[in-house]
Amino acid sequence: MSDDDPKSRPPSPTRRKFLLTSGSGVAASLVAAYVPAFAKGAAEESDSAATNAGPNLEGAVPITLRINGKEHSLRVDPRTTLLDCIRETVTLTGTKKGCDHGQCGACTVHVNGRRVLSCLNLALMHDGEEITTVEGLGTPDAMHPMQASFLACDAYQCGYCTSGQIMSAVALLREPCGPDDGSVKELMSGNICRCGAYANIVDAIQQVRKRA
Amino acid sequence: MHIFEFIRPKDSAGAIAVAAQAKTAQQGADVRFMGGGTTLIDLMKLNVETPARVLDINRLPLDKTELMPDGGLKIGATVRNSDLANHRTVQRDYSVLSQAILQGASAQIRNMATMGGNLLQRTRCVYFRDTAMPCNKREPGTGCPAITGHNRTLAILGASDHCIATNPSDMCVALAVLEATIHIQGPKGSRAVAFADFHLLPGETPHRETVLEAGDLITHVTLPPAVTGSKQVYLKLRDRASYEFALSSAAVVITIASGRITRARIALGGVGTKPWRSPEAEAALTGKPTNDASFRQAAETALRNAKPQSENKFKIELAKRCLTHALRTAAAS
Repeated sequence: MSDDDPKSRPPSPTRRKFLLTSGSGVAASLVAAYVPAFAKGAAEESDSAATNAGPNLEGAVPITLRINGKEHSLRVDPRTTLLDCIRETVTLTGTKKGCDHGQCGACTVHVNGRRVLSCLNLALMHDGEEITTVEGLGTPDAMHPMQASFLACDAYQCGYCTSGQIMSAVALLREPCGPDDGSVKELMSGNICRCGAYANIVDAIQQVRKRA
Repeated sequence: MHIFEFIRPKDSAGAIAVAAQAKTAQQGADVRFMGGGTTLIDLMKLNVETPARVLDINRLPLDKTELMPDGGLKIGATVRNSDLANHRTVQRDYSVLSQAILQGASAQIRNMATMGGNLLQRTRCVYFRDTAMPCNKREPGTGCPAITGHNRTLAILGASDHCIATNPSDMCVALAVLEATIHIQGPKGSRAVAFADFHLLPGETPHRETVLEAGDLITHVTLPPAVTGSKQVYLKLRDRASYEFALSSAAVVITIASGRITRARIALGGVGTKPWRSPEAEAALTGKPTNDASFRQAAETALRNAKPQSENKFKIELAKRCLTHALRTAAAS
């Protein structure tokens, strides 16, 4: 997140922007090789991602998603998962793709206030619904208490699962959950952390719950 | 994932009319109803399911849990598993159902998964999920590599020479002991199917898993009035403490009077090709004193016809101990 803060960083491209730019030549040649005719419209439209639209995409369906309070009018291939729509179409990349099969929890977002796995939902299923991603919880300057607690408790190592962990943890605050660590572990079992930061994740959540 | 047409029908009749054009409602259906998506989207990504049309039924008015005049409970097809498990009436009167759901999957998946979808949950057999492998369930007549392959988690009850895949649902094991009824609306009208008759044994047609025909829409499930004073337990044993499918599970509903069991309903999960109700174990337990000898005898009866696969002989004893412990826990509660 601090990559985008001009005060803390020299004016250089972010890692993500750098990778996107430097990889584009390779990507273009690969795309030409195997992308089916159906999807070529999307590939050619990638430069206009800011408009969030694929106007020439054959078979695309118009939908409106309200993500983090902002309305997005989109056209999506029916196959697009909510996860891919959030990351690739709307370019909010805080939500992560782990297993893409509902086994790891990295893609957890809130739909109408409830936590779900965005990889096992189609974007089209959520036309008109309210989506919250980690970007909608807080900012580096005004973090959600759960984000601050993860930071204070060192509740991560590599950080890849962290946005999913935090989205689950925030939803857990509104769910029926016993006061003990065991209850928290049970309700967090859908979020896998390969680094094994579980003990600190439980601490971070319990600290927020005790303060609430 | 194969391309499909996404349709949001205005009402159940519209959904049924489109679905009735399909060749089958079983494996390989060209029209699928979409509930939570937790099974279907997963299998579509694997190209195990390749529907040409997907009907989103999430906005049909099938999302209510209501008390019925006879004292039973009516549960709509799109009621989310988490809402059902946390429903006050379910927790009080049908606690085995609440326990089973809450021991299945994860909080996120329970928020998505629906009553209708969970009834149709597909096996986790690795050969079924891998289109590079033969599988009689996925492609009839291609063979069953699980019989000589990786079968540690597969079925010891109800298997055939054609398929040994386990039904993975926890919820269904509880619905079996609660003697639920499944209500179906189809092109020829409505009908009600007893839970025990809904899932089919694999036999020679493992691609047929339920009695559903093309166009059949599960609209709701009903539970009979709760059995007063019954003790209910769902016990699930698995390779890790949470977020894992059962190696063996047991759902028990028993009623005790003067130290003897007057009524017993018993079903096993994780060991059968369908949610495994055991009328034999129920009969063996009825009238018996509430002690370990009775419970173990019921467990021996329930597993009498169990046939292990090459990697899972342990599941027979595991299932017996699982059921014995569930009965012991229920009796002591």
